[in-house]
Amino acid sequence: MTGAGPVDVPALPEELYEDAPCGLLSLRPDGTVVTANRTFLRWTGYDLGTLIGRPLRDLLAAGDRIFHETHYAPLLQMQDEVRELAVTLVCPRGRLPVFLNSVLDRAPGGAPRGVRIAVFLAVDRRSYEAELVVARRRAEESEARVRELARTLQNSLLPPALPHVGGLDLGAVYRPAGQGDEVGGDFYDVFSTATGDWAVVIGDVVGKGAAAATLTSLVRYTVRAVAMHARRPRAVLMAVNDALLQQRAERVCTVAYVRIQLGPGDTARVTICLGGHPRPLAVRRRGEPLPVGRFGSVLGAIRCPRLEETAITLEPGDGLLLYTDGVVEGRHDGQFFGEQRLADLAGALRDRSATAVAEEVAAAAVDHQGGVPADDIAVVVVRYAP
Amino acid sequence: MSAVVRNNVAVGGLPTGRPIMFAHGFGCDQNMWRFVAPAFASTHRSVLFDHVGAGRSDVTAYDFTKYASLDGYVGDVLEICAELDLTDVVFVGHSVSAMVGVLAAVRAPDRFGALVLVGPSPRYVDDEGYTGGFAREDVDDLLASLESNYLGWSSALAPAIMGNPERPELGEELTNSFCRTDPDIAHQFAEVTFLSDNRADLARVGIPTLVLQCSDDIIAPEPVGRYVHEQIPGSVLTLMRARGHCPNLSAPAETIAAMQAFLSTATATG
Repeated sequence: MTGAGPVDVPALPEELYEDAPCGLLSLRPDGTVVTANRTFLRWTGYDLGTLIGRPLRDLLAAGDRIFHETHYAPLLQMQDEVRELAVTLVCPRGRLPVFLNSVLDRAPGGAPRGVRIAVFLAVDRRSYEAELVVARRRAEESEARVRELARTLQNSLLPPALPHVGGLDLGAVYRPAGQGDEVGGDFYDVFSTATGDWAVVIGDVVGKGAAAATLTSLVRYTVRAVAMHARRPRAVLMAVNDALLQQRAERVCTVAYVRIQLGPGDTARVTICLGGHPRPLAVRRRGEPLPVGRFGSVLGAIRCPRLEETAITLEPGDGLLLYTDGVVEGRHDGQFFGEQRLADLAGALRDRSATAVAEEVAAAAVDHQGGVPADDIAVVVVRYAP
Repeated sequence: MSAVVRNNVAVGGLPTGRPIMFAHGFGCDQNMWRFVAPAFASTHRSVLFDHVGAGRSDVTAYDFTKYASLDGYVGDVLEICAELDLTDVVFVGHSVSAMVGVLAAVRAPDRFGALVLVGPSPRYVDDEGYTGGFAREDVDDLLASLESNYLGWSSALAPAIMGNPERPELGEELTNSFCRTDPDIAHQFAEVTFLSDNRADLARVGIPTLVLQCSDDIIAPEPVGRYVHEQIPGSVLTLMRARGHCPNLSAPAETIAAMQAFLSTATATG
């Protein structure tokens, strides 16, 4: 076989038309068939006689017929051409998925003269696309399940509601990072260890997601369990440190543990111990809000962390604001929200309820980052109100 | 946000003229009126708009609760009328927007002076003693058709097409943009359109009404047009030679002539 001999490939315009590798249709401006090529007839099984004079839309499946009338026909009138219309032809050979490319032919004056259509088989492509649609639906369902799971897990890390404590006004807010579809590592808790003896805890496990959540859970329940018999804050955090090391989690966490003893007098005795956590702000009835407590080591890193207790007293109306680093480290144009801004805000809000303060602080921190926080945000406010 | 911005409202024509408001139906946008609206520019103040989710409306204003029924669209029409302080409006509604006009005229009769219903249908799905032309399965089939025809819809292009009314050139080169919309919105609009039933509202229309019925319209067949005419007291039915569902594009001259004849004889201004 050589390339030089006489060719036997159909080359006459008529043969090219009749046996083109696509179906070809000519329609009147009203959409009725004038003629069709052999390829179209072969694919569909129609004979030309029954096709002539029928509107194209009669060859379409019911839904496509509506689409034809509401989308395709107006588009063709407006832009004289429509490409890649996906429809199913109902024909003697059965249902045939195709793509239609149409051109509206106009007379020199602009009046429509006819419509020329190329028909391409799309059997494989359309079944593949149908699979894509199913896959997308599955992905959406799966995403919804993951969100639900994250929400459930997250809820298990926070108390469903703060307890009502005579003598304390309590408020707390948790705001997950980003769009809220991932479990964060922040947590807080408020519980009683004995009559008039309360624990207020806030913490932050490094990282997010399920792995961080399991550790957050470990920390929260270790604190609760240990605090029942070892009331000294330092002892509780030492126990958490040991638990984390035993777990070999290779993740660290920070915790602020605040013990509040409501005595018979007019003051509340407070003992603060910080395991690597930002210092809470003491918001007193007068004067600047100031950080209290001594920094300590993060928990879960070393066997003998440096953990120190600080004792203060709260007068009626005095309060503490505990927070996670997501509050102060949120950035806007490279500028941190920062401790000073937090202190100023806490001072300005000192007459509001604990819940209002927690909500306003969290909202300000979120706003500072344009509404989508980069890290989890947790705020707990406790005020002595005998 | 103002309704005028949200719905990409275009006001033109004679500023002192009687307001004429053109509403597009399911599928495309206000371009559907490009051959008809200019004919009223010398006599009327013309108001064109895109339904939220269509054309160059603000797609971020689309609310799946609000637009779960035609009432959401009716509310938008009334907001546009209020913002532009329109009264004695000639409301021209194509396809599903014919029913939006009916509902708007029933809810706020003071705003409207006349209705022109182009290819109206108060209910598309057949019911006992009523032929709408569609079976419930046809509507499901349409939803499937929408899905296969929106696979080519690119969300990356959407911001360029929509929500940029101040930069119309962005949309110009995008093929099929007149009839493009977010797939989820198209899906809901199709359901709202083809599953609504507003037959009971027709009798409550109290203003002069023209029903324009095409021949060979499979979306709104002739018996449906006759039904609308019979139910709206005092309405005028004009049977057109134009075929199909979109005489505003395929037969603008005949559409304009029918509207003008109706407006000059059937309605008194004021």
